[in-house]
This record gives sequence, structure tokens and C-alpha cells, in this order.
Amino acid sequence: MVEKAIAVTPAQAAASRLKQRYAAERRFKALGISAIVLALGFLALLLITILSNGLTAFVQTNIRVDVTLDAETLGVDPVKPSADALAAANYGQVIKNAMYKAFPTVESRPERRQLAALVSSGADVGLRKMLVANPSLLGSTQSVWLVADDDVDMAMKGHITRTAGAEGSRLTDAQLGWLDALEKKGDVAKKFNTALFTVGDSREPEQAGLWGAVVGSFFSLSITLLVCFPLGVATAVYLEEFAPKNRWTDLIEVNINNLAAVPSVVFGLLGLAIFLNFFGFPRSAPLVGGLVLALISLPTIIIAGRAAMKAVPPSIREAALGLGASKLQMVTDHVLPLSMPGILTGTILGMAHALGETAPLLMIGMVAFIVDIPASPLDPSAVLPVQVYLWADSPERAFVERTSAAIMVLLFFLGMMNVVAILLRKKFERRW
Amino acid sequence: MNAIPVTEPRLSKVSARDVNVYYGQKHALKHVDLDIRPNDVTALIGPSGCGKSTFLRCINRMNDLIDTAQVTGSLTLDGDDVYDKNIDVVQLRARVGMVFQKPNPFPKSIYDNVAYGPRIHGMARDQAELDEIVMGSLEKAGLLAEVKDRLEETGTGLSGGQQQRLCIARAIAVAPEVILMDEPCSALDPIATAKVEELIDELRENFTIVIVTHSMQQAARVSQRTAFFHLGELVEVGDTEQIFTNPQHPLTQGYITGRFG
Repeated sequence: MVEKAIAVTPAQAAASRLKQRYAAERRFKALGISAIVLALGFLALLLITILSNGLTAFVQTNIRVDVTLDAETLGVDPVKPSADALAAANYGQVIKNAMYKAFPTVESRPERRQLAALVSSGADVGLRKMLVANPSLLGSTQSVWLVADDDVDMAMKGHITRTAGAEGSRLTDAQLGWLDALEKKGDVAKKFNTALFTVGDSREPEQAGLWGAVVGSFFSLSITLLVCFPLGVATAVYLEEFAPKNRWTDLIEVNINNLAAVPSVVFGLLGLAIFLNFFGFPRSAPLVGGLVLALISLPTIIIAGRAAMKAVPPSIREAALGLGASKLQMVTDHVLPLSMPGILTGTILGMAHALGETAPLLMIGMVAFIVDIPASPLDPSAVLPVQVYLWADSPERAFVERTSAAIMVLLFFLGMMNVVAILLRKKFERRW
Repeated sequence: MNAIPVTEPRLSKVSARDVNVYYGQKHALKHVDLDIRPNDVTALIGPSGCGKSTFLRCINRMNDLIDTAQVTGSLTLDGDDVYDKNIDVVQLRARVGMVFQKPNPFPKSIYDNVAYGPRIHGMARDQAELDEIVMGSLEKAGLLAEVKDRLEETGTGLSGGQQQRLCIARAIAVAPEVILMDEPCSALDPIATAKVEELIDELRENFTIVIVTHSMQQAARVSQRTAFFHLGELVEVGDTEQIFTNPQHPLTQGYITGRFG
């Protein structure tokens, strides 16, 4: 009894153990919080970088000039111009003349060329659209906003220097002077960059748009969904509800799980070998892209589908079978409706994964430079992530911001898909 | 196995002869001979793992769902061999309904819960007939008065006891001949239990009922016949009164007096 009194009493020992336990818990919490802060920090850094680089791409510098739509320069019949003639008319010369008129003192040919270069070489497109839509404007003088050249755009946005004679400026001193003069008159302004959302790719940054890539991604993902949703759900249902549990089904299960971890570029090679070389499908087409992406998302959907079906309580299956439902009735009447939110969530996440996939599409030639908007899944097309890749590879300064803008658009679509997944889960969630 | 009183064939609804069940290597049910009389409540009692639930699940072939389960011997329902190759298990389960331990209504409306069975078996020609079946079943299950104003509400929103009576209504909507109940009251409070027991007694008029229970009081209250299982063997079967007052086998005596279990 005496020895016990000298030693630490059980109560004291318990108190010190308790203190240690609390300390350990606090340490663990602190670690967890710092991990979250670090992760959020990286995410914020990423978003800030993209936003600060890319936000300016949503506006585009335009220059206002008085354009005389004179029939002789355009090369069309002044009285009754045919629509074809109007579409094919020489708008470039009209724009050049307008620029010369704005700065009448400029007379030498090299200087005049520099002056005309302030306006984008694609500015005539807008002018043509205007006149074709309204032929009565022929012969009149209109004050129009023309898309500026990408170097002018970059200078106006401050991405390249505007100091005359400074190194790194892509504009000559004379061009900078004209730009200053135009700006003083209020003839230079930044307007919303509609081209970014309405046209396809271009070598000229100010004329390059994402629409072709958006449509291409849409076609690809539609094909992917059409192929892998029915296939994935059918596979999941069979494996989960019907297949006997034996060595073969174990083997299949292991293989499906492994397929989900195969590098996607391997699927690209597979697509190249099978769809392009064996079946002879068209190169660069969303059809092939969609099929390859379907191969990539199939394991994800199968695994998500099986997990969702596993989560349906066995008591529901027993209840249905106990009433004399056949196995198929049990699946279609009970298991599938109950697991649908999980299956849909998995499908959308698989689709989102497919939307961001680049490497396999490079393998099947979707990396080509394509200007036209695809009209069907058989036309050559770009997709969003590949467009990002192509623009990031372009040397022009203006493509830097457009790359970030394209990433933003891609992230926007990914975000939307995730929101849909969350809403679906919320809407159909059931409690037992 | 020698002192089993075998009822006359015409008096037995379900008849088991030398039924054995194996789960893989495990011999779960050994040489069971048992007759279940029509319009009786037969209680299957015994300690956990004694095979009473296994026997119950043989009658409507729910054991088929377990890959490793294997059944030998002869089990007949009105003289039809339940395990015959020509017997359609879907038809069989329409004749032998089942109520489970945990109430398991479908996460659908109360109406759809009851209507599901008649729908898949095509028992109603039109909506009016279906309504009649559903209302009748809810009435028989003693639930109609409580739910008639909210038939469109989900069945999982009911209380535990109501859910279990809904499951019973769902089972009798298919008009089975036999209803199997696997510890139907083990998840219910005493008041809900009393209601279900009362219901079982009423259902006896139209159905043959086999009930597995852990509660000997319940067996004594609701059943006319009791079968005692132990370690996969049928130890003793007889009239409930006789089993509880004058058990023949020392194991039965030990179990019902609470010496083991």
C-alpha cells in the first residue's frame, strides 16, 4: 500500500494520458488544416494566373475609320451589284484607302503599308458582312470599328511596350505615333471579343476563335456519351446482378479496374490502330475522337455504376424477388432507378474527364490546324484542350492571353458538368 | 429423427422429406422431415444458426440467391416438387410470399408498394381492379385506416410497425398460398409487435403461415404448431401447447426453459 502511494496514482496517469491524447489530436487537426490551406493556395494561384493572363483576351482593340464603300474600288457594279460580287469584292483596298485618308500626310509606299497594317488583315470580313446584309450602303461613307492588328492590340493592353524605339516593340515608331493620334481622337477602343466565341482557329490571333473547338468537343462528347453510357451501364448491370462469381468474372473485374489506370495516350494509339488504320475512319474527326474517349471513360462508368448498384440495399432485391419478380424486373424496376443518380454522377465525371483529355486525341490527328467549324462528327475538327495546346505552342504574344482564355472556357464547361452532377445527386438522393 | 409425428399427406401444405442444405462445405440443414399444415401458423424456433431461417428460405427458394447454397431432398408444395427443374421460381414465389426481418418497403408510394406484385403478375385487368386489390390488401393488413388518406406518400416514411404491415400487405396482394415470415417483429417495438401478431392470427384464415422467431412468447402466442431446430437438425415438432408444456426431447426442454439459447 505504501509503494502505491509513492508511485503516480492511476488518476494522475490517466490525466497525463488524456493531455497527450488531446495534444496529438490538436497536432493532427493543425496538419490537416495546413494541408487544406496549402492545396487551396495552389488552386488560388492557378486561377489567379489564368485569370490575370487571360481576362484581357475577352476584349479586343478596335479602330474606328470612315470607310467609303465606293463601287469602283470594290470592283462591283454600282447600280445593281449581284450578291456574289458583293461577297467577293475587294474590301481590303477600301479599308486601306480609309486608313490613307485618315493620315493624308503619309505618302511613301513602305509607310503606307505600315499604316494599313494597324488594322487586322481580317477586318474586311466584318465590312463584307455589313454590305452583304445591306447593299444600299454601297457608295456611302460609313464610320466603322475595325478589328486592330494583334500587335496593336497587345500594345494597347500593355503586354508589349509603347515606348518609341524601345527594344521588343513590334510596332515601328511611325505606327506608334499614328496609334497615339488615333487614340487622342477617340478612335481606338476595346470592345468585346466576339470572334473568340464565333469563329474557328486562325493564324492571326485577333481572328482566332474557339467556336470550332467548342463544336468539336460537343460532337466528340456526344459520341462518347452515346457509346459509353449504354455500354457501361449494361456491363455494370450484368457484372453486378447477373454474372456468376467465378474466376472469369474476377479476371474481368481486375481488368476493368486496370483499364481505368491505363495512360490515356495508349488508348490514343489503340484508336489510331483500330479506328483509323483498320476501319479507315476519317482522320481528325470527332467521331474517332469520341470513340477513343468512350474507351477511356468506359471503365470509369462501369466502376461507378457497379458501386452505385452495390449501394442499393440487398433487402430491396429480396423484397422484389420475394414477390415473384424476375431478376430483370428486379433490376429495371428497382435497382436501376435507385442507382441512377450514382450512375449519372459517374457518367458526368467520366465525361468531364473525357472533355479535358488531350494526349489520345493528338494520336488520332485532332491536333491539325482547322479553321472551319465542323458541321458533322465526320468533319475534321479541333477540341478545346487541343486548341489550348495549339495556342500555347504559337509564338505570337496575343496567343498567350488567348490560351488562358481558352483554359477558362474549358474550366467553365468542366465546372458546369460538375454542377450538373451535384444537382443530379442532390435531386435523386434517397434516404433509407 | 425417430419420434417425429408425420401428419397425413392431405393435411400438409408444405412437406419436407430428408431436406439437406449445404453452404459450400458447411452442412447447414440436416435431414429435415417436416409437414406444415394448411391454415396453421407454424413457428420455427431455435438458437441462432440452427437452420430455421435456412429452412424457411428453402420453401420459396430464396436460397437460390446464394451461389454456394445447395439443397437436396424433397420439398413439396401441394404435392409439387419445389426444386423440380420444371418449376418456375417466379411462379413459386407468387404462391409463397415472404416477409423479412427488417421492414423493406420499396422507396415508392404506399400504393405502388402494394400494387407492384399484382402489376408484375398481371393480376389486374384495369385500374379499378388494381385499386380493389391494393385496398383489400391494405385492409387485410390492418393498415388501410391509417394510410388511406396518404396512399401517394412514400412507404419509407411510415413508422417501423406500419412499414412491416405494409410489407405484409404487399405480400398478400399477390394472393399467395403460404406466407413465410422471417422474424417479422425483431425490429419492432412491443406495441407494433402486438399489432403484427394480431394480424398474423387473422391472416391464418386465408393463408398458411410459417414464422421464424427468436421470441418463445411470440411462438406460444401466435402459432398452432412449433418446430424446434438445433444445430441444423429438426429436434422436435408438435402442437405449440404440447411443445411448451410437455416437450419430449431434453434439448427442447432446455431451450424453452432458458437453460441455453
